[in-house]
Amino acid sequence: MIEAMPRTLFEKVWETHVVHEAAGEPALLYVDLHLVHEVTSPQAFEGLRLEGRRVRRPELTVATMDHNVPTLPGPIADPLAKAQLDALRANCEEFGVKLHATGTGSEGIVHVIGPELGLTQPGKTIVCGDSHTSTHGAFGALAFGIGTSEVEHVLATQTLWQRRPKTMLMEFAGDLPPHLTAKDLILAAIGEVGVAGGVGYVVEYAGEAIRALTMENRLTVCNMTIEWGARAGMIAPDDTTFAYLEGRELAPQGADWERALGRWRSLASDEGATFDKHVTIDVSDLAPQVTWGTNPGMVVPVTGVVPSPSDFDDPDDREATERALEYMGLKAGTPIEEIKIDRVFIGSCTNSRIEDLRAAAAVLEGGHIAAGVNALVVPGSAKVRLQAQAEGLDKVFTDAGFEWRLAGCSMCLAMNADVLAPGERCASTSNRNFEGRQGRGGRTHLVSPQMAAGAALAGHFVDVRKLEPLTNKTVTA
Amino acid sequence: MKPFRSATGRVAILDRPDVDTDQIIPKQFLKRIERTGYGEFAFFDWRYDADGTPLPGFELNRPEFAGAKVLLAGRNFGCGSSREHAAWALQDYGFKVVIASSFGDIFRSNASKIGLIAIELPEHEVKSLMEGVDLDRGSDLTVDLAAGTITAPDGRTIKFAFDQTTRHRLLEGLDDIGVTLRLSDEITAYEQARPIA
Repeated sequence: MIEAMPRTLFEKVWETHVVHEAAGEPALLYVDLHLVHEVTSPQAFEGLRLEGRRVRRPELTVATMDHNVPTLPGPIADPLAKAQLDALRANCEEFGVKLHATGTGSEGIVHVIGPELGLTQPGKTIVCGDSHTSTHGAFGALAFGIGTSEVEHVLATQTLWQRRPKTMLMEFAGDLPPHLTAKDLILAAIGEVGVAGGVGYVVEYAGEAIRALTMENRLTVCNMTIEWGARAGMIAPDDTTFAYLEGRELAPQGADWERALGRWRSLASDEGATFDKHVTIDVSDLAPQVTWGTNPGMVVPVTGVVPSPSDFDDPDDREATERALEYMGLKAGTPIEEIKIDRVFIGSCTNSRIEDLRAAAAVLEGGHIAAGVNALVVPGSAKVRLQAQAEGLDKVFTDAGFEWRLAGCSMCLAMNADVLAPGERCASTSNRNFEGRQGRGGRTHLVSPQMAAGAALAGHFVDVRKLEPLTNKTVTA
Repeated sequence: MKPFRSATGRVAILDRPDVDTDQIIPKQFLKRIERTGYGEFAFFDWRYDADGTPLPGFELNRPEFAGAKVLLAGRNFGCGSSREHAAWALQDYGFKVVIASSFGDIFRSNASKIGLIAIELPEHEVKSLMEGVDLDRGSDLTVDLAAGTITAPDGRTIKFAFDQTTRHRLLEGLDDIGVTLRLSDEITAYEQARPIA
């Protein structure tokens, strides 16, 4: 008898989804779940219409409104945004796709509602016209972002042509110290490997620090996978995963649940499975992370200083650093804790789930934001918002001087009215500090929810480990 | 998609690493529901000041890069957001080819779907092509996809590797969906045996 080759989590999911494959050519992969939102889908639906095509599996296609929606109550003022949302509604009706529309109570950021509904499950292939689709890999799904042409292809065929990517194991050694978060872990990793370090790979995150993370914190890690160039990041499903899924609206129930569990338990990478690349990152001495520049790899510990172009050997890196410092209005050598902020944004598919809001509220409780700071908290979904209200978190935020908003992508990409003014500096729990991301001329610093809350209180970045109230409180790692 | 065989044209240089798709097409232009007309918004926040006046310091505003068909770009070009609008904007601006030492995976895939040719060359080759461009008068180069060659402004020929399947599809101008729908029976068979309900 020939012994089966040990396989990785990725290989197991990939191999069970190949519909067609010829030697030397890309594989045709089946898609188990196709998530759709208003910004990257209208041209795809129009393409179907022009060719007289239908959606092959509407029941495997789920839409939400998130990128464009206002976070203040009332009708939408922006006519272009309204037209795009109307188009999504009309397309979903015409093609028979379930839509979680604004106001229905099940709407929210596409990468928040998938897990929330129990749609995101281990072993599935999941795609969406959004690069942060990597988020869903936290469940052991193979999940990645696609462009609009591919959205149309999936709508029409429920499949996608893909070249088999290389595999990487990113192993975290050591335990995450107290008050350190998944956000710090992944920002530090990106700082180490660089924003292109994962191009061409699907990465599996492993190690004790990952095992110890809650499900929602694992989502934060996988969410940021695309920020270092890897299209998908995966975490082997375990009891944490199953406990999170059990009983969710669209998770398997009864005998189906038992069968699914059996399948899911076999997904973890086999002992002896090999990866094309193996990276180890030690997190035992990690400090809270703050980005200083214009991509997520431009990051330092809060205890550090803004780097200087001369710190880099590569001429391209030196020039990029100069440009970033100029854009960010920062001087090399400035201690991070001396950087003053104007705005705080707690939200986005990276950090807008209930645990994120609890963690930020724990820092804020009993305090008030600094004079001159304008702070916004935008829950990831209508359900997260209700849950937070049931726990009284909204009161903690509003008492502290935050605005408590409706669910959506909001100021992560500032397609709606939540925008930085030129020159404004923001502590943000989102995923991208690109130039203009939160508004033209706006200056974004990426941080964890705790660090964003701490900065809101102080008016500048602070080492959240030093904040008094935290010493007596449990903060979710 | 129109078949692509070769292109000869003006070269523009954007020698910055990690140019993300938010720069290529800023978010304020993603609310449109059309597929065309994004060229005027390409690199908008780098190209124009807040009043809409062209910024002379931005590379693509150099007169000798006007009408460029080929973009020589820095490493990891097109990283970040999956917005296909970035590829649409570059194509609509007039670019037929982008050459860089690496690309964001999703951008490269999007480009290949619409017939924008994204060519990866070793970093030193990209730099040497950049150095060969006449910054006073502008330069032209030729990209021959069928032959897998670039003819540099100085007449030198550089070979490039390209995914064979994608090359075939681009040369023939094939529609992906049409190709896949010919495999409908295989998709149906897969669906019937599918482990996940």
